[in-house]
Amino acid sequence: MKIIVCVKQVPDAKDVRLDPKTNTLSREGVQSIINPYDRHALEEAVRLKEKHGGTVIVLTMGPPQAAEILRESVSCGADEAVLVSDRAFAGADTLATTYTLSQAIKKIGGADLILCGKQAIDGDTAQVGPGLAVRMDIPYVTCVRKIAQVSDQTFVVERLMDDGYDEVEVALPALFTVVKEINEPRLPSLKGKMKAKKLAITTLTAVDIDADTAQLGLKGSPTWVVRVFAPQLKGDRTMIEGTVQEQVDQLAEKLLKWC
Amino acid sequence: MIVDLSRQIADELIIPQRAALDESEEFPKDILDAVAKADLFGIYIPEEYGGFGAGTFEIVLALEQFGRGCVGVATAFAASALGAFPIMISGSEDMKRKYLPEIATGAKKAAFALTEANAGSDASGIQTTAVLDGDEWVLNGTKQWITNAGEAKIYTVIAITDRSKGPRGASMFVVEDTDPGFSYGVKEKKLGIRASSTRELIFKDCRIPKDRLIGREGTGFITVMKTLDKSRPGIAILGVGLGQAALDEAVTYAKQRVQFGKPIISFQAVQHMLADMAIQLEAARALVYAAAKHIDAHPKDMSKASSMCKVFATDMAMKVTVDAVQVLGGYGYMRDYPVEKMMRDAKILQIYEGTNQIQRNVVGQELNKEYTKA
Repeated sequence: MKIIVCVKQVPDAKDVRLDPKTNTLSREGVQSIINPYDRHALEEAVRLKEKHGGTVIVLTMGPPQAAEILRESVSCGADEAVLVSDRAFAGADTLATTYTLSQAIKKIGGADLILCGKQAIDGDTAQVGPGLAVRMDIPYVTCVRKIAQVSDQTFVVERLMDDGYDEVEVALPALFTVVKEINEPRLPSLKGKMKAKKLAITTLTAVDIDADTAQLGLKGSPTWVVRVFAPQLKGDRTMIEGTVQEQVDQLAEKLLKWC
Repeated sequence: MIVDLSRQIADELIIPQRAALDESEEFPKDILDAVAKADLFGIYIPEEYGGFGAGTFEIVLALEQFGRGCVGVATAFAASALGAFPIMISGSEDMKRKYLPEIATGAKKAAFALTEANAGSDASGIQTTAVLDGDEWVLNGTKQWITNAGEAKIYTVIAITDRSKGPRGASMFVVEDTDPGFSYGVKEKKLGIRASSTRELIFKDCRIPKDRLIGREGTGFITVMKTLDKSRPGIAILGVGLGQAALDEAVTYAKQRVQFGKPIISFQAVQHMLADMAIQLEAARALVYAAAKHIDAHPKDMSKASSMCKVFATDMAMKVTVDAVQVLGGYGYMRDYPVEKMMRDAKILQIYEGTNQIQRNVVGQELNKEYTKA
C-alpha cells in the first residue's frame, strides 16, 4: 500500500506572538513544529505500513526550511519525503494549496491512501484535506478516529461526530483526515534519526509539477485577507439584581432594547 | 542526535510522570518501552550485536538527560547497561550473540549482582557459591539491593567458585529469570529513586548450564572491576543531570519569588548560592565528559579518572540539591515542588556503584602506584 501523508509546518502554539504594528502572526524567531494533527496522520500511516506493508511518503508544500519537518517525519517512521517548494506558491490560500498538492501527488504517481490532519493549528480552516480529495476526484472521510477494517479495495473507518461516530466504508483510493483520538504518536527512534539525517529529500518546483501558474500562490487564491486584528476584550458588564421575577423583567427589557 | 532524543524523552515522558512514580514506587515500564522503541537501549552495544556501537561518552550524554528527568527512571535504564557490561567485557562470542541483541532492543533488561549482606565495599565478603556438578553450575546464596531485580530477565552474578584462591576464586555467571532455584526477595522501600526496583536475588540450588560462566573461572573480580571502571561515569553524569535540574528549578524560582519587594535572585546571598551551584555543576560536567572520553580511548588506567568523576559529580549533586531546597525554602521542602525528591534521589549517587569513600581509596591507590613508577 502506498500512503501519502500531507504535513504542514506551523508555528508552535506555545510561542505565538502578534506583530503589534501589522497585527499579523510574527513568525520570526518562533519555533516551527509539525502541525500536531498531522503527527497523528503520520503515526496512523506508519502503523498501517507496519501491519500491512507498503510505503509511507510525507509531502509538504512550503519554504525550504519545511524540509525540517519532513526529516522529523522520517525519524518517526516515514520512508520517503517530498518537498514542494517554489516562490510561485507564496501566499496560497486553501484553494491554491490543494491545486499545488494535487499536482504534486499526480507527479509522484498517486497513492492508495492519503492521510491528513483534521486541520492545521495556524489557519484552522480544515479545508485542505477535503479540497485535495475533490481535486483528485477520490472519496474522503473527515475526522477519522479509527481505521476499523482494512482490505485491498476498501477501508471501514469511524468518523467522529458531536454525538458519537459514523461507520463509513470507503473504496480506495481515498483520503482521510484524522483527529487526535486515533492514536498516540511515537517519539523518533535513533535509527529513524540517522536515516533522516542522510535522506535525500525530493524537491519539486512549479515547473516539475506541470502547474498552471495562474492557479498558484497569491494569484490563484480568491481569498484575500483584508485585515487581521486581535479582538478587543470589552469589560462592560451589568449586574442584574433583585428577586428572580425582577431580574427576569430587567433582563427581558434589556434584550428587547438590543433587538 | 542522541541528546535531542534523550531530551525529548526526559521532557515529554519522564518529567510529567516522575512525581507520580516517586509516590507510587512503580517501575517505569511504559517509559522504558518508549526508550526501547527509540533504540536507546542499544547505544553502547556493538553494531555486530544489534546496537549502535557508541562509546561511554554517548551513554553519558543520554544519561545526563534522563538524570535531569528522574534519577529513579535513569537508574532503571542504566542498570541494564551495568548488567550487560560483564558479557561485553568478558563473555564468549556465543554468549554475546545470545544475550546482547535482546538487551540492545530493550526486549530484555539486564541487571548486575555483586552486593550481599556482608559484602558491600568489601567484595571479599561474598558468600554466594557456585559449584560445578557435571554440566551444570549450582548456585547458592543471596544477593542484596539488586537494581532491576524482578524486572530484568538477564542477571550477571558473581559467586565464589574456589574460596581457597581468595580474590582469584570468584567467577561471574549469567542467570536467567526462569532458571530453576532462582527467586526474588521483597521489594525494598527506599529514601529516593523509588521508580527503580531494588530486591534480593535468592539462589537455592539454582542450576544453570556450564556455558553460562562469563570468561574463565576465577576472573570474576577482574570483570567486576572493569565493569565498574566503565560504568562509573554513567553514575557521575546522573549527578550532573540531577544538578542541572535542581539549578533550573532554583533559578526559576528565585526569579519569581518576591520578598522585601524584590525577586529573591536580586539578593546577593541567594545569587552567590546559585553561582556556586552553577560553578560546581559546570566543573563536574567537564570532568565527567573528560573521563568518558578518556575511557573511550581504551587506556590501561581508567580507574582513577572514572573514580574521580564519580566522587566529584555525585558530591556536587548532593550539595546542589540541598542548596536548591534551601533556595526554595519552605516550598522546597514540600512535595508539591520537585526539589525535595531531587535531594532524596541525590543521596544514593554517593553510595551505589562503590561508595564515594571507596572511590577516594581508588584514586589514592592509583596515585601511590603512579608515583612509585616514576
